[in-house]
Amino acid sequence: MKTNDLILQTVSKVILFLIVLFSLYMFFAGHYHPGGGFVGGLMTSGAIVLMLLAYDIKTVTTILPVDYKKMIAVGLLFAAGTAAGGLLFGVPFLTHAFTYVDLPLLGKTSLHTAVLFDTGVYLVVIGVTMTIIQTIGESE
Amino acid sequence: MFVGIFILLGAFLSLVAAFGLIRLPDVYTRNHAASKSATLGVMLTLLGTLIYFYFIENHFNSRLLLGIAFIFMTSPVAGHLISRAAYNSGVKLWGKSVVDDLGRDRKKMNHRQS
Repeated sequence: MKTNDLILQTVSKVILFLIVLFSLYMFFAGHYHPGGGFVGGLMTSGAIVLMLLAYDIKTVTTILPVDYKKMIAVGLLFAAGTAAGGLLFGVPFLTHAFTYVDLPLLGKTSLHTAVLFDTGVYLVVIGVTMTIIQTIGESE
Repeated sequence: MFVGIFILLGAFLSLVAAFGLIRLPDVYTRNHAASKSATLGVMLTLLGTLIYFYFIENHFNSRLLLGIAFIFMTSPVAGHLISRAAYNSGVKLWGKSVVDDLGRDRKKMNHRQS
């Protein structure tokens, strides 16, 4: 029997934006508040899993044509690159730096290289979670 | 003052939901109690917390507002999905229930198809 998932699909369309927004908030708030790359990545992959529940796997791969294994590699490159970047300036491995920059829209903002490291964590967490879930979901 | 009223009312409604889960006879009525009064209970508790932090600690916590909206949108849908899954897997209605519109419509559709 063909089922009618209209309510679930409509609500997950609306809720998806809330979850992704909150996960990005968690990611950027990680320096001063609870949060960070790990929870942010988990919550983003939770949003993608919600899409997988409401629609099927083919639709989601059409909407988000991302190879999650490559995403893991890019995340690891981000982390290793940020860590190795300190070596260029003659300081030990994993040394971070920060500056205050006057951005046109945001005003005085402190930019920290730890955010780049956190981006690596974020991408790796999304990649690992989605790889696990999609490979389990696709196997018959 | 308002904070106490909201939080106590929320806790009371959650208690009502718990009693409903114990006392009501079948899955659908229990689901009705759980999804309705527990939702309102949690929303009132969160609203009380929001008011407390806004007026007493002078800190507007937008995450609580987001949480209220989130609970309000998702919890009824969760209730709907649970009871639909129960109906589709053949859970019986309460013995004293009289109307089964979904079952009647399903029967009609099967007649039309065959």
